[in-house]
Formats: sequence, structure tokens, C-alpha cells
Amino acid sequence: MSNGARIPYLSVLGTLIVALMLTMLPLPKAVEAFRPDWLALVLIFWVMMLPRGISVGVAWMAGIVLDVTQGTLLGQHALALCVVAAITARFHLQMRVFPVSQMTATVLALLGLYQFLLFWINGVAGITAPPVHYWGPLVTGTILWPILSVMLSGIRYRTPAGA
Amino acid sequence: MVGSYKKGSAAKTPALGLRALALVLLSVLLMFLDQRDGHLDAVRQTIGAAVYPLQVTVDAPARLWNWMRTRSASRNQLQLENSRLKIESLVSKGQIQELAALRAENDRLRALLDARERVRGEVRVAEIMAVDANPYRHNIVLDIGRRHGVYDGQTIIDANGVVGQVIETGLLTSQAILISDPDHALPVEVSRNGLRTIAFGTGEFDRLDLPFLPNNADIRSGDLLTTSGLGGAFPPGYPVAVVGMVNRIPQEPFADVVATPAAALNQVREVMLIWHQPAADEPEPATAETPDDQDE
Repeated sequence: MSNGARIPYLSVLGTLIVALMLTMLPLPKAVEAFRPDWLALVLIFWVMMLPRGISVGVAWMAGIVLDVTQGTLLGQHALALCVVAAITARFHLQMRVFPVSQMTATVLALLGLYQFLLFWINGVAGITAPPVHYWGPLVTGTILWPILSVMLSGIRYRTPAGA
Repeated sequence: MVGSYKKGSAAKTPALGLRALALVLLSVLLMFLDQRDGHLDAVRQTIGAAVYPLQVTVDAPARLWNWMRTRSASRNQLQLENSRLKIESLVSKGQIQELAALRAENDRLRALLDARERVRGEVRVAEIMAVDANPYRHNIVLDIGRRHGVYDGQTIIDANGVVGQVIETGLLTSQAILISDPDHALPVEVSRNGLRTIAFGTGEFDRLDLPFLPNNADIRSGDLLTTSGLGGAFPPGYPVAVVGMVNRIPQEPFADVVATPAAALNQVREVMLIWHQPAADEPEPATAETPDDQDE
């Protein structure tokens, strides 16, 4: 790649798979609505860091897999993740230099957009859900972001280049 | 168009916008096809098969925990459970004898009435995988799929009553919708008098709504609701719910009736799938007969 950043495909794939498994992990009913959008968070990170290699295409494919595992409309999560990835890729340079607080606010906005798209598609398709299912993940996702981004940076720089 | 990734970094931003737009349009097309009808089942099944190992991995801790619990049960506990089960089995055997007699009598009476014979289905036990599916809905994932003969729309019951129906079959797993899902409706009848209505899910595991009963309908708290078999999706005669509260509001056209599902929807781990030879091939005689049969 032109700017020297090798793409650690294995780490990306590994973290995406872990995110998918966390999405499927059974939780007690009381906290289920607050399950963060793991896949969206991990994708935002990788697109922000490596927009050349990880971008809308990867996000779309991850979204399709998520749709299959969740039994949602095929293309619903794909569309939402694709839009989020496109915006992240467009503004990745700004986001990288943001201080933590501002970056977290941006992630909140992105997650909000993600949930809104899901909500919107559900509405068009005539699927109803309690509102907590939409804003619950926003809260936990935003709280988790600072920790998650530090962990993912660790993964990114620890893995031997190549792969 | 989707794959045309320009190497020159100058064309990055427009290419990004274009690719995103193309993918969004593709998603919309996919959703449209998916919503219309199952044109995309093959895609789902292929990806589903690829994801199967992940589902098994996620399910493993729960499975391990169950296994350890059975392993570490003390001898005393096992003996207690064993004797309890023996008694239960004895009681059910007694009831089955009675059932056989009733079934014979029922067949004879139906033959006298020239009524169609009831179809009895085969049953197979499936386990619910500890995998959370769609958070917006009451869905479960079962550990058997198309390879085991599962089909879309198949009825699922537990020891006490109807649990739901299969909505999607993969090769080795399948997804099912519970009767408590807000989008699920189930044709039922009151076993006491054959009054037919529809039970809707509410999104709560312990509540079904019966919104279409007029104020003067003959229904009371404690009535057992069974599947009516109308619509062809569910075989008739399986218990669904027990009527809880009946609230008749004089100026409203419909009574406010709530029922509690007979099946323990949020506690079961083993469920049974029924292979019920569809009455869908010959729906007319069934629907035409039922009123004469049961509306007395």
C-alpha cells in the first residue's frame, strides 16, 4: 500500500469474528437490550485506521453475515454498516486526530445513525420492537468505545506485520 | 463496478462514494427480494453453514455447564430424581392407556360422522442452542436443520403446549419464531366450546392477546385454548394457552382478553418438532366441516 501501512488481515478477520460471536452470545433478558453493536464498533475502528484496505466492501460483507446469523432482512445490517463505514472512511483523517472525548462523541453519532438506519428499515418492513432495543446499544457502545479502541490498537501494533 | 478499486489514491474519494452507493443499492435490492419471498434461501443457507462453527462455539459454554451439572449431581439427588421420574412415567402411562381408549372411541365416532380422520404427526426432539438471534424478535435457534428433515412452518411444541414454528431452515440449524413474538398470530379455539379466535404474541413471554373477541363471547378465565388447525400451519388440538383475564368494557366492541402460554417459553431447552402431514393440500373439507363439528 502506498502509505506504508500493511493491512493485518488476520487481526481484522479475527476481531470481526470475535465481534460476531459476542453478538450471538446469550445474555440474560434484563441486559439483552443493552448489548453493544460489537461489529459496528470494531468496523469503525478498522476503517478509521486502515481505510485503504478495510472499507465499505468489508463492512458490507460483514453486514450480510450478521443478517444471516440474526435472521434479519438480508441486506439490512449490510446497508447500515456500509453507510457507517463510508462516513468513517471519508472522515478518517479528522477522526484519528480527535481527542478521546470528541472521538467518542463521533462514534456515538455513527452508532446513532446505524441504529436509525436499522430502525428505519424495520419500520418500512413493518417490524416493531421496543425502543430500548434501539437506544440501549448506543449507551453501552459509547461507553465501551474508549476501552475498545485502546484494545484494538494493541492488537493492531502487537501482531507481526505481514499476514 | 463493486470490485473496481482504483490503485491511484487520487481517485479515492469519488470511488469510495460510488462503491458505497452501489453497495447500498445492492442491499436495498437484496432486502426487497428477501421481503417478497424466499428467493435468497440458498444464499442464507450457504452463509449459515459457514457460520455454524461459530454458533457451536458460542453455545459450547452453556452446553459444558449443563454437562458438568449433570456430572456433578450427587447419587442421592439422582436417586430422588429417578424415583420421581418413575412415578411420573407410571402416571403418564396410565393416562396414555386412557388416551388410547379415547382415541379409538374418537375414531369410531368420527367414522360414524363420516368426518376426515385426524392426522397424527411424528415427533422429534430438538435442542435450543444458546445463541441469541434477532434482538427485535422472539426467535430461537434449533440444533437440527434441513438435513434432519426440518421444513419451514413446522410446528414446535414442548411438554406443555405449542412453542412456535420454524421460519428458516439451514442445513444443520434452523430458526424458529415463538408464539410470544409481537408479529406472530395463531388460530386457536376454546376447548370448552369450540369458539374460534386468533392469539397474538405481545413481546412478553407470559402473555398472549386475543383482540378479536366480542363482548358477548363465551369465554372465561381458566379456559384452555388449543390450536384450531385452521390456516393449515398448525396441526389441530395442541394446547396453546390458558385464558387469564377477561375484561369486558361495555362501550367497546371487543373484550380485552389475555392468556398465558401453556409452554414455558423462556425456560425450555428441549423442544419437539412435529412432522404433521400438511392439511394444506385439501384445505376445503377441513374448514367446511369444522363449524358443523364443533359449534354446537
